[in-house]
Amino acid sequence: MIAFVVRRALLVVPTVLVVATCVFLLLRFAPGDPAVAILGDFATREAVEALRAKMGLNQPLWRQYVDFIGRLAKGDLGNSLVTGAPVSAQVARALPHTIALTLAGMVIGLVGGLPLGILSALKRNTVMDYLSRTMSLAGLSVPGFYVGILLMLLFGVHWKIFPVVGAGNPGDLGDVLRHLFLPAVSLGLLMMAYVTRSARSAMLNVLQEDFLRTARAKGLAEVAVLSRHALRNALVPTISVVSVYVIVLIGSSVMTEIVFSRPGLGKLMVDATQRRDYTTIQSVMVVYAAIVAIVNAVVDVVYGFIDPRVRYD
Amino acid sequence: MRTRGRTWATFTKNKSALVGGFTAALVVLVTVLAPFIAPHDPFAMDARNYLASPGGRHPLGTDRYGRDTLSRILWGGRVSLAVGLSAVGIGMCLGTSLGLIAGYRGGLLDLAIMRGVDVLLSFPGLITGLMVMAILGPGLVKLIVTIGIVLTPRFARVAYGPTLVLREKDFVAAARSIGSRGSRIVIRHLLPNILGEVLVMGTLWIGTAIIYEASLSFIGLGISPPTPTWGNMIKDGVQFVTFSPWLSIFPGLAILITVLSLNMLGDGIRDVTDPKLQV
Repeated sequence: MIAFVVRRALLVVPTVLVVATCVFLLLRFAPGDPAVAILGDFATREAVEALRAKMGLNQPLWRQYVDFIGRLAKGDLGNSLVTGAPVSAQVARALPHTIALTLAGMVIGLVGGLPLGILSALKRNTVMDYLSRTMSLAGLSVPGFYVGILLMLLFGVHWKIFPVVGAGNPGDLGDVLRHLFLPAVSLGLLMMAYVTRSARSAMLNVLQEDFLRTARAKGLAEVAVLSRHALRNALVPTISVVSVYVIVLIGSSVMTEIVFSRPGLGKLMVDATQRRDYTTIQSVMVVYAAIVAIVNAVVDVVYGFIDPRVRYD
Repeated sequence: MRTRGRTWATFTKNKSALVGGFTAALVVLVTVLAPFIAPHDPFAMDARNYLASPGGRHPLGTDRYGRDTLSRILWGGRVSLAVGLSAVGIGMCLGTSLGLIAGYRGGLLDLAIMRGVDVLLSFPGLITGLMVMAILGPGLVKLIVTIGIVLTPRFARVAYGPTLVLREKDFVAAARSIGSRGSRIVIRHLLPNILGEVLVMGTLWIGTAIIYEASLSFIGLGISPPTPTWGNMIKDGVQFVTFSPWLSIFPGLAILITVLSLNMLGDGIRDVTDPKLQV
């Protein structure tokens, strides 16, 4: 098991490297000169040249690449082209907001979605089943940010129960949690739609298995049949599907942060794109790649823990 | 012929697929006919009637320039649907080709293509799209290409699995034995066999593409005003959300109805074509 964990953890590095390389190349081969893009079409030649030198664009490509990767290895994400501040510091400030939001969204999604999906499978083709299926399909069909706007309208504007802008005063836990509530629910509802759907179909598959009939035949109580035999087997495929949606959730957190003006990683990224701050875009992408790679590794390990068959291939 | 009859019967018994198909067709019809049925010019400003509430001359109200929301939703639907369809078309062509080639050829090419696909798939599509649009800048064609690229690895995955299985089948060996070239086997023998599955996923992912369009336009990286799309209408409306919430609510509802109907339709077709469920 330890060997499996170590092997999986080591795989994170090449994944991040591949994404970093793609991002690097994409930015270098993009049409137009980034320096001109930042300064505008009317900048003087000297100004453009100065900025190119500052960005290292006058160096040969391999030199830029080696520099970029070398600095990454040291954890240096470079300086913002617009403000000059180190990107690492900005990322460090933004990251906790994004992690808190995504975790909260995931918890809400799992706590709401698992029981709903399982109940839906057990009470197949009843009103409850139809309701939960319609709700989850609607959740899959709506942009996450739209749900955020609706929640904002209802609970922030109409009833004024929750604050809708920012992440709150960092020293005041209650304030932080109150600011987290609406964004987390808006992300959580999205996750809930995915979880409900996959838990339902996993449970329906397990319910057809012969071993459930065996368990009933040997006189096991229905509760034990369902909880010990059906539920545990249904959780395995559900977790693997949910892991895919955690990645979707990270993507959607960008939109949620924009809607609620939360100073997280997504907002940092979008603000950078609007200011054409290429070093920040590049670095935030690498940070996202690292997060995604780590999440995937953790999921694989958890999955190997639950389903021993995974470990041996 | 008998199988086709049964397939149709399964499909028509599936009420949600029928409702989805009907609604999707209606949405397409209404947006295609927008020039004839929209009550107003979507760009015409009515300076005295800005931010009007729904009702009267403007059934869904007006925006800050006095432009009719209903007309803009109808016209915006043309853009959103066009982006969704074209992006899925691009992703389907590129991705299916990659999946077929990787699956049929095998070896190093397979490894290179599918590794790339896996890395791309492990990344949130929205963030990939965000970054590509940040580099390219806003614009209709750029947005279509970007979303197409984001969808490409998904189609590659869908095409790859069945190709691996089909490659070993006798009819492929037979085709090879009579001297068919690889390209002919892929196009004439493999492609028709996986096309059904690819098209079902395509139907489901038109909705995904529409949501990407809306998201990127909402951020301001998709299609810029004055061209209406459902995404940039929501974005425009958000600034007035406290006193004219309908400006954001209605375009969002249009997205919900369209994507929901496509998902219901896609689910229904999948139920019909998935032999495991036809017991």
